[in-house]
Amino acid sequence: MSTQDGPLTETMTTPSTELIVAMEDAAAAARTPMWRRLLKDPQFVVTAGILIFIFMLGLLTPLLTQHGPNEADLSMVNAPVGTPGYPLGADETGRDIWTRLLHSINTAAISALIGAGVALVVGVIAGLVGGYFGKVTRAVTEWTFNLVMTFPGILLLIILMPVTGGDYRFTMLIFGVLLSPGIYRIVRNLVVGVKNELYVDAARVSGLGNLRILSRHVLFVVRGPIIIAGAFMAGSAIAVQSGLAFLGVGSIQIPSFGAMISSGFRNLYVAPTQFLWPSLMLGLITASLVLLGNALRDTLEGSKPKPVKVGRGQKVVERAETQQRDSTRLVEISDLGIAYRGPSGRAREVVSGVSLTIDRGQVVGLVGESGSGKTQTAFATLGVLPAEAIITRGSILFDGEELVGRTDKQMRALRGTAIAYIPQEPMSNLDPSYRVGAQLVEGVRAALGVSRKEARARVLALLERCGIADPVRTFDSYPHEISGGMAQRVLIAGAVASRPRLLIADEPSTALDVTVQAEILDLLRDLQAELDMAILLVTHNFGVVADICDRIVVMKKGVIVEAGATLDVFRNPHDDYTKMLLGAILDESTVRTDPAVVAPAEGAVR
Amino acid sequence: MLVYIARRLGAGIILALLVTFITFMLLSTSFEDVALTILGPAATPEVTAGLMAEKGWDRPAIVQYFDWLAHAVQGDFGESVYTSLPVAPTVMQRLLVTLSVIVPALLLTVVLSTFLGVWSASRGGVVDKISQGISLVGYIVPGLLLAIGLVVIFAVQLKWLPATGFTPISEDPGAWARSITIPVIVLTIGGVANMAAQVRGRMIDELRQDYVRTLRTRGISTTSIVIRHALRNAGSPALTVMSLEFISMFGGALIIENVFALPGYGSFAFNASLQGDIPVIMGIAAFGVLLVTVVNLTTDLANGWLNPKARVH
Repeated sequence: MSTQDGPLTETMTTPSTELIVAMEDAAAAARTPMWRRLLKDPQFVVTAGILIFIFMLGLLTPLLTQHGPNEADLSMVNAPVGTPGYPLGADETGRDIWTRLLHSINTAAISALIGAGVALVVGVIAGLVGGYFGKVTRAVTEWTFNLVMTFPGILLLIILMPVTGGDYRFTMLIFGVLLSPGIYRIVRNLVVGVKNELYVDAARVSGLGNLRILSRHVLFVVRGPIIIAGAFMAGSAIAVQSGLAFLGVGSIQIPSFGAMISSGFRNLYVAPTQFLWPSLMLGLITASLVLLGNALRDTLEGSKPKPVKVGRGQKVVERAETQQRDSTRLVEISDLGIAYRGPSGRAREVVSGVSLTIDRGQVVGLVGESGSGKTQTAFATLGVLPAEAIITRGSILFDGEELVGRTDKQMRALRGTAIAYIPQEPMSNLDPSYRVGAQLVEGVRAALGVSRKEARARVLALLERCGIADPVRTFDSYPHEISGGMAQRVLIAGAVASRPRLLIADEPSTALDVTVQAEILDLLRDLQAELDMAILLVTHNFGVVADICDRIVVMKKGVIVEAGATLDVFRNPHDDYTKMLLGAILDESTVRTDPAVVAPAEGAVR
Repeated sequence: MLVYIARRLGAGIILALLVTFITFMLLSTSFEDVALTILGPAATPEVTAGLMAEKGWDRPAIVQYFDWLAHAVQGDFGESVYTSLPVAPTVMQRLLVTLSVIVPALLLTVVLSTFLGVWSASRGGVVDKISQGISLVGYIVPGLLLAIGLVVIFAVQLKWLPATGFTPISEDPGAWARSITIPVIVLTIGGVANMAAQVRGRMIDELRQDYVRTLRTRGISTTSIVIRHALRNAGSPALTVMSLEFISMFGGALIIENVFALPGYGSFAFNASLQGDIPVIMGIAAFGVLLVTVVNLTTDLANGWLNPKARVH
């Protein structure tokens, strides 16, 4: 019933300009081979170096030691650091700590290999099976792994001691199974994603067997996340093995960090350094593995979005002269420039020197393709540009007041009261956790400062005015309980609640069914006349423009290529790009039955 | 809603059956060892067989399991092979000790993680760097080392807190609080390191959602957007993290209890397991599963309350 989950909508509702900048940036980064990028990362080089050094020490144990790990010499009990033949001293039973430390490295390495290895094998196989085959198989594997995940693994490892006989390798085998749900999830998600991609379909059509499809395509995509998870799992396998050995689970004949820490802990008052060595080594190994995993993640998966201060206001490179200027226009945008800084730090202008004006009560259509900068211009006027955007130049006058350089708080006074907004995708623009009415009431109260009761009455009246048959029912519905068309009416009601002077509508009908589209445009036209508000209608559709706009502004790649009265532009377009867009629309109008670009079937889901 | 609860409860029961069944089947291979341990190395095969028959251990494992189950559902978990003490009260008593460490640690973890996560996701910049740094340090230091380190500093060197031991809350609340302070700190640091990062990630995602922009265009205040809207929506996935955090804390507590000589679930399970005290081990497994089921059910209910969509499924 709801179409708002899933990655499809996510990419769809992200402003396309941002996406384009990010993609270009990523493409530039992808040209450098992965291993070279890794070698450039100091965190990777240092942690990998430490781990290689430590595990080499472990491999070279026979060459570096003179004693056996369990060789006890009673004359050496608690020998201090630096005793000849006992560089790090000896423990409570006279065993060489240096020797035991090196042997413990090997125990840790074997634990990590078994734990992570089993988790990888079990997780990958189950993930491939669960992701690739039908619903029933997936449900069964899903359920099984959820069960595995909810049980405290360490408790299971302890109570199964009579079965494992305390052999740490057997224990790590079971622990590997307990770790596998993490890998299973990763693989299953990627497989489901890859499966829906075209190339697997193509491979299937071309007659490749299931097995080959799985191994060739899926494993290739999955390898990055698996390497990352492998580092973290190796770390937790070592930590858990040490913890269990510290408890005493397992043979006392096996030298391990946990056993050494336990013996050092008992001897803490007599010889504190005995406790220090294994702790340092264990800490160094697990910390290196975690940091290595982080470095791998940053390089292989790209950096995650960074948080920014909410309500910080839009970034401006240089402030325009903020004094009030006389302007008879409602909105006067002049020489506006907006740039995005991609993850690599290169700034790129997506709006370059846009100037346009809107008179009171006028409907202006801002037309252009995706990525032409039209939505960015609209967002800048509202003061809600994404955090990555920077206003590089220009000014936006609203009713003679400069908006560029205003703080978010100053903008907030205008938003909702003087300038309002209708988004493109109705569903994702309602907070899924609150009833529709509560969200609108909150907005009305924030904008007008009226009582809750008054706000409620106003919202109900508005919902009715916006063509909702049963306003009370809609008021008490959650967003997932109403249809897309109804959600858009709700959002329109929310926008016009405070009788704004300017309404910015960003593709208000694009995401809707064709029939609903016309109704929404009719509603906007009626409200415009009733409230005498100006509308900035952002769209890629000339058909919509022809319906209700007084003036047209055409944008392409961040600049305005044509502007004029609607009829003039339609009759006599000057720019080739405008002609092309007009041509496209005329074609479309002859086949009116075409669905809208992104119109998931959204009937009335009452 | 009732169907929803029933379904979740059903999943819990299946988990309980599965875990106890698998545990029993695996343990059933070692009944003879247990008999030998009880009787000592001098026991003849006849005497051993006699004991096996007397205890009913010579029956097929599956029959024994259902026998155990039939008693367990009536609250009778049998008695220890070695001490002859009834299993259920002993297990409960040990579980309460462990819970008295985990529950405060979990509450602290949730409060601190929510605060840190929301703070760094809504402020960014230096604040975010600091809280990320705190998380990283908590994440890379193994809990075991942290526990020992804190004992050395606060109990051995500064003598502010007792190094080991446990006082029940009913005896002396002050002494109880002191005896659990270091274990709670250790569990909380590990928990916050993990959970704050999750809350932060969810909050960053939520704050980038379309509805946040739309709410902003209606002039709604920043505080309301962050707390009422974004946090509310981030809350439901964070709850799942919390229930997993509880389970991982439970595992962690089993190990660090040993550092502080707390008479909790971990040492109890360890000893029972070392001795092969099968009825006790089964009791430990059953109560462990029961706890997990209760936690998961609570999480699901809270989730249904937070997330209107979850109520339907």
